[in-house]
Amino acid sequence: MTQLKDLLSVLENVANNPAQVINKCLEEKRLMIGCAPEYCPEEIVYAAGMLPVGLWGGSTSIKNANLYFPAFACSLVQTTLELGMRGVYDRLAGIIVPAHCDHLKCFGQDWKVAVPQVRFIPLAHPINRKLEAAVEYLKSEYFRIKSVLEEIGGKPISDQALSEAIEIYNDHRKTLREFTTIARDYCTTITPSLRHNVIKSGYFMDKLEHTQLVNSLIRELKKAPPEEWQGKKVILTGIMAEPNEILDMFEDYGLAVAADDLAQESRQFRTDVPQGKDPLEGLARYWSCMEGCSLLYDPQKNRRFMLKTMAEESRADGVVACIMKFCEMEEFDYPIYKKTLEEAKIPLLYLELDLVTPSLEQVRTRIQSFAEMISRKR
Amino acid sequence: MPEKLTSRNLLNQLQTRHYTNAYAAKMKGQLVGWATSIFPQEFCETMGLTVVYPENHAAAVAAKRGALPLLEQAESEGYSVDLCSYARINLAYMKSQAAEIPIPLPDFILCCNNICNTLIKWYENIAAELNIPMILIDVPYNHGYEPTPAAIDYIKSEFGECIRQLEKITGQQFNQERFQEVMILSNENSRAWKRALDLNQAVPAPLNGFELFNYMSQMVCARGRQETGELLKLLIEELEEKIRLGKSCYEDGEKCRVMWDGIACWPHIKHNFKAFEKNGINIVCSSYPEAWVLLYEPGNLDELAKVYSMIGNNTCMEYQADKREREVKNFKLDGILFHVNRSCKVMDFMQYEQQRLVAARTDVSIMNFDGDQADPRNFAAAQFETRLEALMEIVAHNKSAKKSKEVTNNDPA
Repeated sequence: MTQLKDLLSVLENVANNPAQVINKCLEEKRLMIGCAPEYCPEEIVYAAGMLPVGLWGGSTSIKNANLYFPAFACSLVQTTLELGMRGVYDRLAGIIVPAHCDHLKCFGQDWKVAVPQVRFIPLAHPINRKLEAAVEYLKSEYFRIKSVLEEIGGKPISDQALSEAIEIYNDHRKTLREFTTIARDYCTTITPSLRHNVIKSGYFMDKLEHTQLVNSLIRELKKAPPEEWQGKKVILTGIMAEPNEILDMFEDYGLAVAADDLAQESRQFRTDVPQGKDPLEGLARYWSCMEGCSLLYDPQKNRRFMLKTMAEESRADGVVACIMKFCEMEEFDYPIYKKTLEEAKIPLLYLELDLVTPSLEQVRTRIQSFAEMISRKR
Repeated sequence: MPEKLTSRNLLNQLQTRHYTNAYAAKMKGQLVGWATSIFPQEFCETMGLTVVYPENHAAAVAAKRGALPLLEQAESEGYSVDLCSYARINLAYMKSQAAEIPIPLPDFILCCNNICNTLIKWYENIAAELNIPMILIDVPYNHGYEPTPAAIDYIKSEFGECIRQLEKITGQQFNQERFQEVMILSNENSRAWKRALDLNQAVPAPLNGFELFNYMSQMVCARGRQETGELLKLLIEELEEKIRLGKSCYEDGEKCRVMWDGIACWPHIKHNFKAFEKNGINIVCSSYPEAWVLLYEPGNLDELAKVYSMIGNNTCMEYQADKREREVKNFKLDGILFHVNRSCKVMDFMQYEQQRLVAARTDVSIMNFDGDQADPRNFAAAQFETRLEALMEIVAHNKSAKKSKEVTNNDPA
């Protein structure tokens, strides 16, 4: 039990205090590259011997970023730029910014001017991602990023290093998949907030080390029989379930997380990078294999069916749409899956989240009402 | 004696015909498509397909003050009030077909994200709700100054895929000869459109820039067609005649030459026009209508891919600043009015830095205002008028400062 508590405490500490990890990295003279949301080829960074660091904004007020963004930009880009402008990321050797949405396209261009001390490494994914030509094009983008990283690191990145990085990352993905499956059987120990922090800590650690810690955690959890859960279970869908306080609210009202469909969490690890002779091609093909995210072209809107299946298979009592305010990608998907879930009589809660000016009491009321509503259902 | 046909009358006739023909085609059982406004129309024009443009339709609905009920309908279905108002109007229209100007529902949709990625999400929803095929031509965002060779190859491959999908949808073969003809015609029309826009470089400018937004509809809906060439020929003749006579679009001349940066505020366009007129401001150009100047060597698919990829919104900070700097010089601008358009994030989120860059490179005066392309609720007339007055004051101040500087420079002492 102590071992379990210790492991959780280590991971939670990393998630809440990434600066400590970063300082350790600096002591070891390991270069760090920031990876902006949502899908960066971290494996290339890792193969360069550098540490990929996930940058997913943070709860803060805006004092500088409004020189670039009007108030209606999503708070993920606003707060990341704000922190960048305050010098919080000055220790990074660069930042990879994918142009998944209109907010991120502009964020990258603004970063170039606003935070010139942290090198901007752009990335534009192909959206028509099922075409073979898309794989070729994305491979060229990754090749360019690889060259930039070689220049920063002062040494070439071998195919072998890339293949090893892919293996380490796929192993990490497998471990996190196992963790999220196990976690739903231990809802008392693994609270929504702890579940989030176990996953989030991986953005600031060497993936090899993180995999080992999460594997140990899984082993420790399994030592005890599955816990009986008296409350209800929900699925979280959206980009991310922050600010942190909202996950504590779930706990307060007896809600556990059955599974998630969040870009910051499961969408990162539910698919493996295909292995092959050419590692860059494998990474590029990975983008074609992923499904069910608002950032992935999906004219059939299969995400709605994936969510329904996920809710049924994990026996969740409801779905919570964690909508980052002003995130158009998620806002367009919502009415579509809302209809599907309503037809399947799966309760759905719309939570509008904002890292800049969170109206937490309003969120609390909505979570509380939802919890009461689904409790009455049975 | 019949009244002489003006370009304005011809434009109205062509636009009315565009919508009635689309309906008639649907009634006859022909396939109808919906397309984004800068989709490579060369492909559907070659196939002889009937295509209507939801952005154009949403703008027309908003200009006729018909937006609000549709916006409210979309919001009641779960669409956030923060989403693009064109998308909300269209997605609601798709369900209710309640608008003064009707357009037939589509059998297929054509999407190119050279303006924004919002279009992709909007069109995905149409495809899913109506269960119809969607053809996407994705042009990767140009984070460099222009598309990479790999991006060009990818876009060209999408062209091939687009042709295959169109052949499948229509059951007809794509005719390469006709394709070449359409490309030639499209280039002729683009050149004529550029000529018409550039004629406004004259001082005083012959055309009120707001008129450009109206003529632009024809470039959106039919830039690969013969009749568009006829319209532009007439327009150019009229403008050249005005220039010859030294006529301004305002009776008492233009006091101030301004670029409108962004999309029009369609629900308030009459108000905006009157406010400009009152202040003697002429909108001589805009970043918006120029997007339909698409010039390439007919038959050169590399160039076709490049030109569709390099629409202003899809380009990097430096490219956009260079373009604005050229416009300030070519159109002898006194000011730029930036529309902070609540709907159009991709235009807004680089705008503040664009303002700083252009101000640093030129002596143009800059002002912005809050508005929306089609949601009448996101605009305050009082703020707009105050901003115009402020712009006029800055322009006047800058002009007199410039004059005194010139005097000082010319002073032999």
